[in-house]
Amino acid sequence: MSTAGEQDAGLSLQEEHESKTHRTKRRDGDRQKKKRRNERRKGGTRAGEGEEDLQAVSEKRERSKRKRAKSKQETSRRENNEEEEAQLTGGKGTKARKDIRNEKTRRMEKEEVREVEENVDKGKKKQGSTKKGEKKEDGGKQLVKGKAREVKKKKHKKTSEEDDDEEEDNDKDVVRLECLSPEELEKLKEAVDERKKLIQSLRGKPWAMKKKLVTLRESQEFVEKYEGALGKGKGRKLYAYKVLMTKKWMKFQRDFENFKTACIPWEMKIKEIESHFGSSVASYFLFLRWMYGINMILFGLTFGLVMVPEALMGRPYGSMPRKTVPRAEEASAMDFAVLWDFGGYAQYSVLFYGYYNNQRTVGWLKFRMPLSYFLVGVGTVAYSYMVVIRTMARNANESGVGDDNSFNFSWKMFTSWDYLIGNAETADNKFASITTSFKEAILEEQESHKDDNIHLTRFLRVLANFLVLCCLAGSGYLIYFVVRRSQKFALDGLENHTWWERNEVNMVMSLLGMFCPMLFDVISTLENYHPRVALQWQLGRIFALFLGNLYTFIIALMDEINLKRKEEKIVKFNITTWEASLYNGTVSENSTASPVTIHPADVPRGPCWETMVGQEFVRLIISDTMTTYITLLIGDFLRAVLVRFLNYCWCWDLEAGFPSYSEFDVSGNVLGLIFNQGMIWMGSFYAPCLPALNVIRLHVSMYLQCWAVMCCNVPQERVFKASGSNNFYMAMLLVILFLSTLPAIYTIVSIPPSFDCGPFSGKNRMFDVIHETLESDFPPWFSKVFSYASNPGLVLPFILLMVLAIYYLQSTSKSYREANVELKKKLQMVISVLFFL
Amino acid sequence: MGTTASQLSKESLSEYQELTFLTKQEILLAHKRFTELLEKHEKDQIDARVPMGKIITLPELKSNPFKERICRVFSTSEQKDGSLTFEDFLDLLSAFSDSATLEIKSHYAFRIFDFDDDGTLDCADLEKLVNCLTGETNDAKLSSTEMKQLISNILEESDIDKDGTVNLSEFQHVISRSPDFVSSFKIVL
Repeated sequence: MSTAGEQDAGLSLQEEHESKTHRTKRRDGDRQKKKRRNERRKGGTRAGEGEEDLQAVSEKRERSKRKRAKSKQETSRRENNEEEEAQLTGGKGTKARKDIRNEKTRRMEKEEVREVEENVDKGKKKQGSTKKGEKKEDGGKQLVKGKAREVKKKKHKKTSEEDDDEEEDNDKDVVRLECLSPEELEKLKEAVDERKKLIQSLRGKPWAMKKKLVTLRESQEFVEKYEGALGKGKGRKLYAYKVLMTKKWMKFQRDFENFKTACIPWEMKIKEIESHFGSSVASYFLFLRWMYGINMILFGLTFGLVMVPEALMGRPYGSMPRKTVPRAEEASAMDFAVLWDFGGYAQYSVLFYGYYNNQRTVGWLKFRMPLSYFLVGVGTVAYSYMVVIRTMARNANESGVGDDNSFNFSWKMFTSWDYLIGNAETADNKFASITTSFKEAILEEQESHKDDNIHLTRFLRVLANFLVLCCLAGSGYLIYFVVRRSQKFALDGLENHTWWERNEVNMVMSLLGMFCPMLFDVISTLENYHPRVALQWQLGRIFALFLGNLYTFIIALMDEINLKRKEEKIVKFNITTWEASLYNGTVSENSTASPVTIHPADVPRGPCWETMVGQEFVRLIISDTMTTYITLLIGDFLRAVLVRFLNYCWCWDLEAGFPSYSEFDVSGNVLGLIFNQGMIWMGSFYAPCLPALNVIRLHVSMYLQCWAVMCCNVPQERVFKASGSNNFYMAMLLVILFLSTLPAIYTIVSIPPSFDCGPFSGKNRMFDVIHETLESDFPPWFSKVFSYASNPGLVLPFILLMVLAIYYLQSTSKSYREANVELKKKLQMVISVLFFL
Repeated sequence: MGTTASQLSKESLSEYQELTFLTKQEILLAHKRFTELLEKHEKDQIDARVPMGKIITLPELKSNPFKERICRVFSTSEQKDGSLTFEDFLDLLSAFSDSATLEIKSHYAFRIFDFDDDGTLDCADLEKLVNCLTGETNDAKLSSTEMKQLISNILEESDIDKDGTVNLSEFQHVISRSPDFVSSFKIVL
């Protein structure tokens, strides 16, 4: 044990001494008062209690004798211990002396306490005071004893005889406690609370386990003994009950915690990776797991509230046109190629928007299907916002002030080692990266700027950015071009085209996402930035690329939606004429016969643009997943296998030289995950199956990537820290969430739904379902209130108020920050002044 | 203390849960790993000690440059040989666990970095610390001028009272601002 611990112990001892002396004094005062009171009362009570008193006194005397003997024994033992301790600490002059001084004062105080006790006994003998007084003193003494015991932590071993003796005492004390005065009770309660607090905070104390254990046991004993006695009469039972329940509750909570940690999936896998690659690679997997959790909840919402009710209680397949495969497609509806593209039977199922019926209620539960569909769509987005923002806030709290550069060197020194690293190779890399970071920091400090050819670097940087912009524009145009072309193909009929032409859009997007980052990496070598800055640029560029791609894709989709809507108008017109002709035909034969004879598959129908959008997204996700897995298998696994086995018969060292093994690209993988999530958020309104697909994808990628990273990746050469980037990822996720909800909300709010498919068919806008519900399911006053509340006259001031509140909070936080800086300066000044004095 | 080395009693298990930042599973795992390190005849012994040489072969500690310091800090052995009892081992894991507070982590970090156990980090301590962090290989070592520069920079930043050493409270002040101390000061079995 080092000296710091001893110092601590010394300090706490001193505190205890102080409080003890204080307490004894107080108690003395109390006792005086009580004695006086007792004397006054003596006349009345004495006669009746004489005999008992005698007994009590004799008992007391015996006990006190025993106690005195015990305490003497203990003091001697303690002295021995102290001598030992002094010998141990002898080498450290001053501190040892201080300790001895502490011990001395402690001993003196101990003696004082004993004197007090003796006084009390004497007083009793002399006065033959009433039982009540005795009890109080006894209680008090117990308190003293408890305290004293705490001081004696190290000398906890008592003989069994003594223990028994004490228990006897305790029993009596508990019984007698009933008639304590309120102040004493209050004090006792305070002591109990103190102990409870101590128990709670014990785990945060840097003590050795033995010390903690002893303290815990003593405190628990103390609390148990006195807790039940607190409270009076009827209240006492209730109190005891409450105490019992809190105990049970605590135990339950602890068990629940244990259960919860046991339920967290992949804990061991992540730990293994953590110890192999350090915390930064593990942070990706933690992020992945977090995503998995969110998607599980999204999946639960859509599955439980939308898909299952429709499948169980809605009209069955084949009962109406929107739920039947049209006649033209029937032949190929079960082909694997069609199903793989989510056409055929997959298209006309609960997986997509178009299958849902616009019945207001389904089944015997009167489940409001369209309303539920709408609310789940809104709810998933709202839930995602809530979770992301809450996590961000928590991360921000944990990471504290954040970019404070005043302790640059100290942080490098004290916090740069990652204690999780358990792999020799990673450790070597870490050593190297720490050394270089030290050297860099020193260099930076020595010469703040030494650009030899600033014009060249500037030119190169501008050039690099120009090239990147060209790449971005090119990829954007390519996607737009491909999407337009695919629309043309779609108009011609998909059967006439090759597989490539059918899957062009997704493939191009995935390939761009794969190769452009590599290109950016090459370009960024031109720039000659510090690696950390370079990483940020790289991330920013990939982000821009993905975003650009996604948005071109959406714009192209919008074009397609508009096309479909034009088509829809024509179809609608055709249908009315078709129906009219149908009716004309039937009316002539039989006026009551309805068009029952027409099979729903034969009914002409509009192009359901919502289902089309959903299908596009699902296809995108599938192809994205496939490319991820395939790159993993080829880029990591195959490369590792080749490098490993060709190395025996190759002219240069493959493992150390050119191809070598791949590193795990944390930032790229995180970005991929974030964009994937963005697509889920965007598309899940039109394809309720998306969260389910994503859950499967994440599940598989967890295992696949864990395996790949352990078997074919090498630790990164530059080991970056995980933290700090965490909130960066979250911020990106938030941006993506916002950007991906924008188009979804736009389509919901401004485009009228298709007339013959989906839960909102026949309505002017999708959100009309809210109005409908308000009007028909709620009392009229409610809809009135709602209409008032949604009045612009009320909403605008409310928004204004919120903006003002945000502004106010921001300005106060800014002023707090300034005050903080100011205080820090003052603190430093004060300390330096103190030093000079 | 209530532990038979072969199996943990229920009471001591709950006490350990109360006193450490570990969950039940973690304690049981720690116990399993610890008994694996014990000699056969020691397994039933209460308070059996595992020598430092064995502790630092644990894969979790093996490549840690501070492994010996860690053992010494957490050891309650009277011979100061860095050997650990099961309870010391639990203390270690608790301080390095996920849910331990910044305060306790920084306290132990300070003691780990305080190589000569004198309660402050002086120049010699800092030099040793730098050498630990840069590894044993010679080419990675910093030159003496670099070392001097580095140490003077560190003292300039964190030695608030300008006494030439970093004491516990100064250390904790510095550490508490660091964004990634808590996440990296972790050892998980």
